[in-house]
Amino acid sequence: MHAVEASGLVKHYGETRALDGLDLQVPKGSVLGLLGPNGAGKTTVVRVLTTLLRPDSGTAFIDGVDVLQNPQEVRARIGLTGQYAAVEERMTGRENLELIGRFLRLNSQARKARAEELLERFDLVEAADRVAKNYSGGMRRRLDIAMSLIANPAVLFLDEPTTGLDPRSRIGMWEVIEELGADGTTVVLTTQYLEEADRLADSIVVIDRGIKIAEGSVDELKDTIGGDRIRVSIAKPENIEAARQALAPLVIGDIDLDPDSTTTLSAPIRAGGGVVPRAIRALDDCGADVVDVEVRRPTLDDVFLSLTGRRAADEEAVSA
Amino acid sequence: MNNTAMAPQRTGKTTIADAWRDASTEATRHLRIIPRNPELLGFSLVQPIMFVLLFVYVFGGAIQIPGFASYNQFLIPGIFAQTLVFGSSFTAVGLAEDLSKGLVDRLRSLPIARSAVLVGRTFSDLARNAITFLVMLAVAFLVGFRFEGSLVAALGGTVLMLAFSYSFSWIQAWIGLSVGSVEAANAASFIWMFPITFLSSAFVDPSTMPDWLEPIANHNPFTRLANAARALYNGFDPGANLWWSIGWIIGITVVFSTLAIRKFSRAAS
Repeated sequence: MHAVEASGLVKHYGETRALDGLDLQVPKGSVLGLLGPNGAGKTTVVRVLTTLLRPDSGTAFIDGVDVLQNPQEVRARIGLTGQYAAVEERMTGRENLELIGRFLRLNSQARKARAEELLERFDLVEAADRVAKNYSGGMRRRLDIAMSLIANPAVLFLDEPTTGLDPRSRIGMWEVIEELGADGTTVVLTTQYLEEADRLADSIVVIDRGIKIAEGSVDELKDTIGGDRIRVSIAKPENIEAARQALAPLVIGDIDLDPDSTTTLSAPIRAGGGVVPRAIRALDDCGADVVDVEVRRPTLDDVFLSLTGRRAADEEAVSA
Repeated sequence: MNNTAMAPQRTGKTTIADAWRDASTEATRHLRIIPRNPELLGFSLVQPIMFVLLFVYVFGGAIQIPGFASYNQFLIPGIFAQTLVFGSSFTAVGLAEDLSKGLVDRLRSLPIARSAVLVGRTFSDLARNAITFLVMLAVAFLVGFRFEGSLVAALGGTVLMLAFSYSFSWIQAWIGLSVGSVEAANAASFIWMFPITFLSSAFVDPSTMPDWLEPIANHNPFTRLANAARALYNGFDPGANLWWSIGWIIGITVVFSTLAIRKFSRAAS
C-alpha cells in the first residue's frame, strides 16, 4: 500500500484545467518532489489530497483511506504546510504548538512534551516564548512545519515550503526537510525550484497543465535528455572549424555552436571516459587556444526545457 | 522519538461534545490574543465612548421625544444596540484575516468539527462585545443615564442586544468568507450597517421621517431591537417588539450559520 495513491484526478475551473487526469503514487517513507511551473496544478493536487478541495472526478487514498469518502479520517493522518506560514502571529511558538495539540486532543502533559520536543527539533527553543509576529520568515516556516507534525502524520504535505525565503533560510529549511526524509516521514513536496527537488526528493513527478509529463529519480530524468555534455571555449572564432574536427572523435553526438557565441562548442559525451584531458590535447594539437573546458550534468531545468519547450521558472531560474 | 506513548491520538469521529470542545479551543485562541493587540482593543472601545458622548452632547439638547424625561433615556439604548451590532464586523475581518494567512486552511485540514472555527470565532466576538458593552454602560451612567425599570428588565434588554449582534456575527462570518481580502472585508462588513442602524427608531421617532421612509424604518429588524431594548431599560412593556426581536435573532442565526458553515467547508484561500 502506498502512502498516497491518486488516479485520474480532474479539477476544472471554467475553461482552466487545473488538473486534467493526474495519477500519483508515493511509496511509504519516501520524499516525492512535485515539480512544475506556476499554474501547473501543484497546489491544486495538494488541496485535493488534503481534503480542502473536491475534485470533479478521480480517486485518492491517503494511507489507504479514501479522501472523498472519509475526509475526516484523512485529516487525522496528514500534516499540511501551505504556501503561507500559517501560524497565529499573536501567540508564541509554544502556544501555537499547544493549540494544535489541544485540537488533536493530546492531554495537557502530552501537549507540553510534544511542543517542547518539536521546539527543540526545529531549533526554536530560544524563541519559544516570543510571539510569532517577531519571528523571521525561516523561523515561521519551521514553526509551521512543527505544527504540521504534532499528530505524527502518515503523510506530510509541504506546498512550496521555501518560496519567499532568503537563501540562508532556504538552506536551513532544506536541512529540516532532509532530516524528515531521513526519519522516514513520507513527504509530498511541491516546488518550482529545480535545485530544491534535486536535493530533497527521492523521486520526482513533473507536472504541467494538470497532467504528469515525466516521473522518475533525478538521475533517470536527467538521463532522458542524454547525460553529460562537454563545453569548450576557444580564443579565436577562425579556429572553430578546426576545433570541431578535433572534438568529433571524442564525443557521441552532434557538436553544437552556442547560439550567442562564435567560440563555444558543446556536445554530448559518454560519462566517465576521461574526455576532458583528451579534448584539451586534441584542441592544442590543432592550434586552437583553449580558454575553458567544462563537463556538465544536465540540471532539472534542462529536463523541464526539453520536456515542455520552456523554462520552469522564467525569472528565477535556479541553476545547480 | 516514540510518540505512540502520547496517544490518545484523535481519529476522524466527531461528536457534538467534540464540536463544542473544538469551538471552545478556537474561541480561546481569539480571547487570549485580545489583550495582546492593545491598539485594536483601544480603538474598539474609543468608538463606543465617542458615540455616547457625541450623541448625548451634540443632539441631546436639540431633540425632545414625548414620553421621555430626556433624549438621553431614549437615545442611549439605541447607541448601545448600534455599537454592539457594529461590533459584529470583527467577525468578518478576523475571518478574512485568517483566510488570507492560510490559517483557515490549516484548521480545515485538521480532524476537527467543521463548525468549530466559526462557532469559536462568533462566541469570542460575543465576549468582546460584552466588554464593549460594560465600558459603554459606565460612560452612559457618567452622563446621567439610568435604568428606569427593574434590573432584571435591563439585564433582559442587554442580553437581547448581545444576542442580536451575535446573530449578525453569522452574517459577518458569511461575508468574511465570501470576500477576497481583509480590506474588502473591512468595507463589506461595515457599509450596510449604517443604513440598517440609522433607518430605524434608534435615534429618532420614525414618524418624523418622510412618508416613504417611515414604513421602511418601522419594518427594519433593528427598529424592533431598539424599541424592545429601550422599553426594557425605561420600564415600559416591550410588547410585540420583544417577540419580533427574538424571531429575527433566531431566523438570522439559523439562515446565516447554515450559509457560513457551508461556505467554510469549501472556502479557498
